[in-house]
Amino acid sequence: MDWQALQLSLLLGACTAALLLPFAIVVSRWLAWRRFHGRNLAQAVLALPLILPPTVLGYYLLELLGNQSILGTVFTAVFHDSLVFSFQGLLLASVVFNIPFAVQPIQRAFETIPQDIREAAWCCGLSDWQTFWKIELPLAWPGVLSALVLTIAHTLGEFGVVLMVGGNIPGETRTIAIAIYDRVQAFDNQSAGTMSAILLLISMAAIALIYTFNDRLDRRYGR
Amino acid sequence: MEDNRIQIRLQQDGPIRLDIEFSCAGGEILVIVGPSGSGKTTLLRSIAGLYTPTRGMIHCNGETWLDTESGTRIPLQKRRVGFVFQHYALFPHLTAQQNISLALGHLDRSRRELRTRELLELVHLKDLEKRLPSQLSGGQQQRVAVARALARDPRVLLLDEPFSAVDQQTRRKLVRELAQLRSRLHIPIIHVTHNLNEARQVANRICIIHHGAALQIESPDEIMAHPRNSRVASLIGHYNIFAGTVVSHDPDRRLSRLLWNQTELITPYQPEFQPGQQVEWVIPADQLVLHQRRRPSAGERENPVFGTIDECLQLGQNVTVSIKPHHSEESLTMTVPAHVARRNDLREGEQIGVSLLQEGIHLMEKEVLKV
Repeated sequence: MDWQALQLSLLLGACTAALLLPFAIVVSRWLAWRRFHGRNLAQAVLALPLILPPTVLGYYLLELLGNQSILGTVFTAVFHDSLVFSFQGLLLASVVFNIPFAVQPIQRAFETIPQDIREAAWCCGLSDWQTFWKIELPLAWPGVLSALVLTIAHTLGEFGVVLMVGGNIPGETRTIAIAIYDRVQAFDNQSAGTMSAILLLISMAAIALIYTFNDRLDRRYGR
Repeated sequence: MEDNRIQIRLQQDGPIRLDIEFSCAGGEILVIVGPSGSGKTTLLRSIAGLYTPTRGMIHCNGETWLDTESGTRIPLQKRRVGFVFQHYALFPHLTAQQNISLALGHLDRSRRELRTRELLELVHLKDLEKRLPSQLSGGQQQRVAVARALARDPRVLLLDEPFSAVDQQTRRKLVRELAQLRSRLHIPIIHVTHNLNEARQVANRICIIHHGAALQIESPDEIMAHPRNSRVASLIGHYNIFAGTVVSHDPDRRLSRLLWNQTELITPYQPEFQPGQQVEWVIPADQLVLHQRRRPSAGERENPVFGTIDECLQLGQNVTVSIKPHHSEESLTMTVPAHVARRNDLREGEQIGVSLLQEGIHLMEKEVLKV
């Protein structure tokens, strides 16, 4: 059992969620209520990681973040470190491949808030900012929670992109999914089995949590 | 009292046409009546600031909320408007109490609780303050919506079809409560509905609106008895709208004579129309009196018309009878109680006589088609 890999995966999941959720809330709120030219294109681009093979996504991220790329060169010049085969590069890749898992549930949640509820808030004297904090965010909360859980669970399980961008460096980029593969390659089926069971349990608990929470809210609000 | 008045003038060609001008005094309920898509809700949204028409002016309580000429447009958060939405738009995650106190942002924290309690009492919801909207009935939700609208101490109260989502019994109760509220509030109340009966119950004045234009603004009785033109007459549910020619006036007997097809009708004295002038006229369905076959009465001498029953349609307790007069292609419609129809053996194809009660006939300016 590679506890270090599990710890790294959980850290990666938490950091990804922390970086991605604020971005996802802003973008999904915008997509939910604004109608503009290119909206469908924007949605398609954001959904791309869902259907793209992880190796393809990983390849492009490698190109984008590599030491020869503009982003990689700038990062190296500023932080004296590399974006590929490092935790920070892995984190950036993780944010990118999790975008649809964070944006879509939150966007759906914002879309279910009736327009007249927001208008009622304005008529009560609430500013846009107050309306967001007191009305929109609490009502979109099930979507935000789904996004949080899906992002963390998906980060724990992602394999292809992680291997392409991060490689398999213990304590730096070896996540639990990579560790399982590594253990199977080394015929250490017992460790692979334990870690797989842990991932299975975490995934089931995550999905059950989303369903339970959403069901409770639906009953509470009479939806 | 004059200061509490709201004055509104809104005009635009599209996408929703508006051509409306009216004012509403403090303590007055002005009911805007019109069919779906007539611009009623757009009018309310414009007053609240949720919509900005191309041209317009809104003065309320001495403040200018909108003046497109000078470019004044007060943001909706600063217009002291109480808005009761059609489906109430209560915040589903907040209790009744929280829904109300959220609109009390202009008060100190310490005063909010007291004011919330006062408002809950005002709308008879004292014991339900901890409930979420989903745990309240339609009528109770409506009361929370009214209390929330009043929480801002509004300068005008806007009600968008407020009784459309409640049953008949609750509606009667809420209508009575609204009437009580009016006498305590002293602010203009603008109430939008497509239901004319509801409008007649609550309104001080009714504004008939069609395709965004205000056609007539008057007391319910005045509008019902004297619609300005055939469009208003048809919008308020009159069937018997016809064209005719004024024949003469008799100032001594306070009556006028009208030629309808080949029949001369006696009408109330309306000297504003010249003899020879083409007019339209209307008679409410309940101002036609059936000639009883077995018992002729003196009333039958009043504008008698004879014809054939075209159609007999029972709707609930009443029967709507359509009569085609002998000299006319146009049918008259009257309503009689079902038992009267039965007793007089009213059936399609039967010959009958009716009297058009003189007092019920109202002459109207012939509508000039606008280009």
